[in-house]
Amino acid sequence: MAAFSIKVNGKTHQVDVDSDTPVLWVLRDHLKLVGTKFGCGIASCGACTIHADGNAIRSCSLPVSAVKDMELTTIEGLSKDGDHPVQEAWLEHDVPQCGYCQAGQIMNAAAFLEKNSNPSDEEISQAMNGNICRCGTYIRINQAIKTAASKMS
Amino acid sequence: MTLIRTQINRRSFMKLSAAAGGGMMLGFSWLASCSSPKEQYAQIPEEWFDINAYIKIGENGTVTIYSPNPEIGQNVKTSMPVIVAEELDIDWKNVIVEQADLNTIKYNRQLAGGSQSIRHGWQSLRMAGATGRRMMMEAAAKQWEVPVSELTTSLGEVIHAASDRKIGYGALASLAATLEIPAEVETKDNADFKLIGGNIKNVDAKKIVTGKPLFGLDYEQEGMLTAMIVHPPAFGMKIKSYDDSEAKAMPGIKDVIVINTEPKEKQWSDTNAFTELIAVVGESTWQVMKAKKALKVEWEQDTPAENTEDHLRLLSEALDKPGEEIRKDGDPDKASIKAAKVVESVFSAPFLAHNTMEPMNFFANVTADKAELVGPVQTPEYLRLSAMDLLGMTEDQVSIQMTRMGGGFGRRLYGNFGLEAAAISQKMQAPIKLVYTREDDMTQGTYRPAYRVAYKASLDDNGNLLSWQAKGAGIPSDPLFPHRFPAGTVDNFKIERVGIPTNISTGAWRAPRSNFIAGAEQSFMDEVAEAAGKDPIEFRLNLFDRAIKDPVGETNDYDPERYAGVLKLVREKSNWGTEMPGVFRGVSAYYCHNSYVAQVVDLEKVGNALKIKKVWCAVDCGIVVNVEGALNQIQGGIIDGIGHAMYSTLTFKDGKPQQENFNGYKLIRNSEAPLEIETFFVENGIDPTGLGEPSLPPISAALANALYKATGQRYYHQPFSSAEQVQVEMVG
Repeated sequence: MAAFSIKVNGKTHQVDVDSDTPVLWVLRDHLKLVGTKFGCGIASCGACTIHADGNAIRSCSLPVSAVKDMELTTIEGLSKDGDHPVQEAWLEHDVPQCGYCQAGQIMNAAAFLEKNSNPSDEEISQAMNGNICRCGTYIRINQAIKTAASKMS
Repeated sequence: MTLIRTQINRRSFMKLSAAAGGGMMLGFSWLASCSSPKEQYAQIPEEWFDINAYIKIGENGTVTIYSPNPEIGQNVKTSMPVIVAEELDIDWKNVIVEQADLNTIKYNRQLAGGSQSIRHGWQSLRMAGATGRRMMMEAAAKQWEVPVSELTTSLGEVIHAASDRKIGYGALASLAATLEIPAEVETKDNADFKLIGGNIKNVDAKKIVTGKPLFGLDYEQEGMLTAMIVHPPAFGMKIKSYDDSEAKAMPGIKDVIVINTEPKEKQWSDTNAFTELIAVVGESTWQVMKAKKALKVEWEQDTPAENTEDHLRLLSEALDKPGEEIRKDGDPDKASIKAAKVVESVFSAPFLAHNTMEPMNFFANVTADKAELVGPVQTPEYLRLSAMDLLGMTEDQVSIQMTRMGGGFGRRLYGNFGLEAAAISQKMQAPIKLVYTREDDMTQGTYRPAYRVAYKASLDDNGNLLSWQAKGAGIPSDPLFPHRFPAGTVDNFKIERVGIPTNISTGAWRAPRSNFIAGAEQSFMDEVAEAAGKDPIEFRLNLFDRAIKDPVGETNDYDPERYAGVLKLVREKSNWGTEMPGVFRGVSAYYCHNSYVAQVVDLEKVGNALKIKKVWCAVDCGIVVNVEGALNQIQGGIIDGIGHAMYSTLTFKDGKPQQENFNGYKLIRNSEAPLEIETFFVENGIDPTGLGEPSLPPISAALANALYKATGQRYYHQPFSSAEQVQVEMVG
């Protein structure tokens, strides 16, 4: 066990955990930020996607010791009132079915749109390929990203 | 308006429940309502007033509607309350939806399975709303001293037009809650629906997109420990011995224990192959995960190890021998001897894991006199029965709270994980949350069985169907439905089945049996229509025509007019028969879970590869309660069906599942989904039927038939992307 200081959603937290503890479990177990989901543990499904310095990363595979001074953002911190254009577009298109993967989808989409504000259909689906939706909401995800892009650009 | 006599239903419920040994036939808290002293409501300084098991109304007019059934992503948590709100006649803006806990006194069939929540809930949900509305009117009548017959309602208000008075439900709630359940209530005519048939968004959507705790895995209680299980690495194995010294010494680890969840009396939902398990219990998830890896376990063979190679051989051999005949009309063998053409094909599909995105998990707090269970389960009532058996407790000692589920697809019908959590909590004497890793989830499943079916059909000189027969085998049981289409459309018809025992645990997977047999049957139908020289839709419609005018047999379980109806609708909407250069089309139709679906797949060539450009879908599920939710289910079912037909498989070597995580088990990804799905509903005003499953089964055939058009190759064996078949490159 060791003490780590990590910055999540603009706030610095002290946690006392093993140095190899993935950020996913620090968020969920220690900081009680459970919006970030556990899906596979091997960075294959995208359910645990968060932002590290604005980049979409898989929190299940990022050990807490590697975070250092990265600024982490989780679904809880994506916007103050749940009104990020991607979140709003998700509501407008009624995307979720079971909803479990959607925090990861949203975090991935939000980071993607920051880098490409006017993506083509193909760019969207390629960018979202790392995020599995077992319910099959892909068409709505892509429509929502289009809507969000039009509002963000 | 339709008048419903609640008294008659009440009596019939009492009689039936006594006969059935306590089962509730009507979803109402009649007994509770009747036995409550009238003063009770006045004495309790509560803001909420219970109207019935589904409704409570606050003084400010806000209405809480309890959604009785488990939510697995099929959106019943939205659509069931919509039905109540419709009949209660309130503004949806003022509705709060809450998930009801398991309560067999108040509700019936709190189960997510078979696409039956809406179909079974339809009448009781409407009656719940209509009863509430009637009680509001009676309360207003009392207060104003006017006859109820002079009152109407609109958006949560009772109106007395004659005196130009209005009063909100909130102001009436305290009085209404003291009234007797009315003897008769009126339900709306379909034409008066304001919410049903509209678009109501998912009630949990805001919480989902902002990451609020909703799911079982998010559940927490003060002092809770985390537990994980270690199960045998292969089916057929059991624990021999283990060394937990290293694991126990690791930080945060509380204990390593052995649990046994073998039931004394098995429920149908107790399917799990591994009842003796090692559990690692500790303070946090990562600590437990690490300790789990440090555990040294020796396993021993208990029953023979199975291999996919052997499964394939056994399935193939099973079809070479006569099977159990479960339907026979005429003499198909004789008919095919005299036929002008005989068509024969064999189809197969592998085992599949459910792979819900939220791995199995459950919270349990078992003390000496009660068990509190919280988590994602599709069958809370059966989990409670199994838990009572395991813990030696009575029904009132075991409570089950349902969380939102990160997918179900049938896996959470089998609540072994809930029992495991209960067993661990009991032994640890502590509240615990059991969490499966993805590997635990995928390798300790209750899988979709492996199937193989051989079809044989014969045609006369004019391309008319003379005979149709199917012999199906499955591990452990066959995929056939003897009375489904084309039963009833052909004089000579035979269905045979063979089951092959296994020690691998299997069970329902979204649209059980249909998920394979629809694709096989509808692909074969395409081949037969081609051999007959007929358009595949025309060929099917001719068969339905026979079933409408002169059906063979009396046990056919579909309505041929509704079946033909969806085919005609998809034909019209997709402009079937119009040549489109570079587009390859396939059609399919299926009836299951009481709903009818027809689909056309359009494949497009992109360079040398193929892309699913569009899926056209016609659906007859009767009244569509919530269009947005219905479309979402249909789209999801289609994408799920395409994904599993194209890509997914679970294989075994020495009893060990060869795919353990998403790096080995392929699920459909975003870029492989169709670009567009357009759905059309048949409008017929018939009481609604389910939509969680029916769009999945036919799609694999519509895809296979389109692939045939594009490649000249028939796709008989799932997954279509397997190396044994002619490879087609799909855009992805």
